Amino acid sequence: MVLIYIDQADQEIKKASYEAISYGAALAKQLDTTAEALVLGNVKEDLTTLGKYGASKVHQINNTTLNNFDARVGSTVVAEAAKTLGATVVVFAHNINGRAIAPAVAVKLNAGIVTGACALPKTDAGFVVTKTVFSGKAFASIQIETPVKVISINQNSFGTVLGEGTATVSTLDITVPTSTITISSIDKIQGEVPLTEASLVVSGGRGLKGPENWGILLDLAKALGASTACSRPVSDSDWRPHHEHVGQTGIQIAPNLYIAIGISGAIQHLAGVNRSKTIVVINKDPEAPFFKAADYGVVGDAFEVVPALTAAILKSKGGA
Amino acid sequence: MKILVCISKTPDTTAKIAFIEGNTKFDENGVQWIINPYDEWYALVKAIELKEKDPSVIIHLVTVGGADTEPIIRKALALGGDEAIRVNNITNDSLVVAQEIAAIAKEGAYDLIFTGKETIDYNSASVGSMLCALLDQNFISAAVKLDVNGNAITVTREIEGGEETSTSNLPAIISCQKGMAEQRIPNMRGIMAARTKPLKVVEASILNATTTVKSFDLPPAKSGVKLVDPANMDELVRLLKEEAKVI
Repeated sequence: MVLIYIDQADQEIKKASYEAISYGAALAKQLDTTAEALVLGNVKEDLTTLGKYGASKVHQINNTTLNNFDARVGSTVVAEAAKTLGATVVVFAHNINGRAIAPAVAVKLNAGIVTGACALPKTDAGFVVTKTVFSGKAFASIQIETPVKVISINQNSFGTVLGEGTATVSTLDITVPTSTITISSIDKIQGEVPLTEASLVVSGGRGLKGPENWGILLDLAKALGASTACSRPVSDSDWRPHHEHVGQTGIQIAPNLYIAIGISGAIQHLAGVNRSKTIVVINKDPEAPFFKAADYGVVGDAFEVVPALTAAILKSKGGA
Repeated sequence: MKILVCISKTPDTTAKIAFIEGNTKFDENGVQWIINPYDEWYALVKAIELKEKDPSVIIHLVTVGGADTEPIIRKALALGGDEAIRVNNITNDSLVVAQEIAAIAKEGAYDLIFTGKETIDYNSASVGSMLCALLDQNFISAAVKLDVNGNAITVTREIEGGEETSTSNLPAIISCQKGMAEQRIPNMRGIMAARTKPLKVVEASILNATTTVKSFDLPPAKSGVKLVDPANMDELVRLLKEEAKVI
């Protein structure tokens, strides 16, 4: 059985977990077994709807302690549940909490693990999982040698598959260790889609010359319904907040569309965005290295091109 | 207070990524090796900052790797840190690395274990979490801020779309990222001092890997950028809608 860990925050299921269910369901089909979901604590969503993403059963550990994330407690509980239910593969989203507990679960299950997987395993001979390495600059195919396997999948690498189906929900009785971590505050950036979950991202670099010029970028993001990001020099100069910095040392993202405005495309920046499905580069320098990594390029002055693009998008939406 | 900082050797961020021997081995030819940036800039420097506040803090560094990791360990010692341990095990299996470090950690009875958020080669982000299970200690990942007050720690970690702050007690394992500390460069006094700091070599004790790297691949070359006339943004919108199907 393939067991999928459902991550939650504020009792809401994380977007990445739906994709993890779809991935786990496809893997279960490949292995001729079932895909079942594991929910720690309580969530607002109707758990039977996880069937739409491919889970036939949902096991819920009804303990309010688990509503707060604690890696030590969470990994202990997930490993116990996997043993009790007889899971042969445990799937996590490779998001912040998934990264924090999947390797610990692997240790407790004596399982080999591949984190950051980007495709379904090849199971015709052995169990070989492909993952991104060197910050997205290459792939490695890794064979897991143990009977039980743990996989965490990169966000937006498999896609969420929505179908028909209703999952049966049952309560699982697992002893929950006492947490010794007390959460004192949570600061959320209000009203924005978290960058790691955004499917459309508009990003600006030094080419925009100063924070006072960000209006054209914000207008484009608004027209698209996109989240905003920036390059490292921009956040280092405090033109934009640090949480917008994407790149090797910032946030790594994999949206469907990444529009880079006035960013030259240094290798460290590319390491944070090269898993984007489609990259559009707007830069007045035709020699900017980013064009080599782009799908679409516009060689031109951002101060003219960006407002024109915004207008074209609004026009197309109005006409739709 | 004793701190163990886990250090990994990685190729420089600008290194050319290529593979040899039928795509089974990373091509090390001409590659500059560095301390994994997350281990250096955030984990190690944070430990040094804590020692600057409280000189009684003892910092040990640990790495799992061959003799070729010693230059980067010396550099780490030049930044700060009292002594280093190298476990002579050449592996790319995170669990082997974590088990070797856990053995060192048990012996040293550390109050804090720092790792980087991930390494920039395998991007596995696994060792800290594995240590949590192997040592049965609290693990707080992707930390951007840490305050130590006696036995109590206050840690702020990244969550999707924000930050979460929690309090707990030592001992703890913490994976560090941007925000924890500011990058610094070793000074001459540090470099001289590092030459005589103890660097102990421990023989490998974990030999069974749970995973094997079968092959590497480079991403398919982009078919080439499609340039769009800057005066025709309707065309770009059309391409994004009909060809790329992303909006």
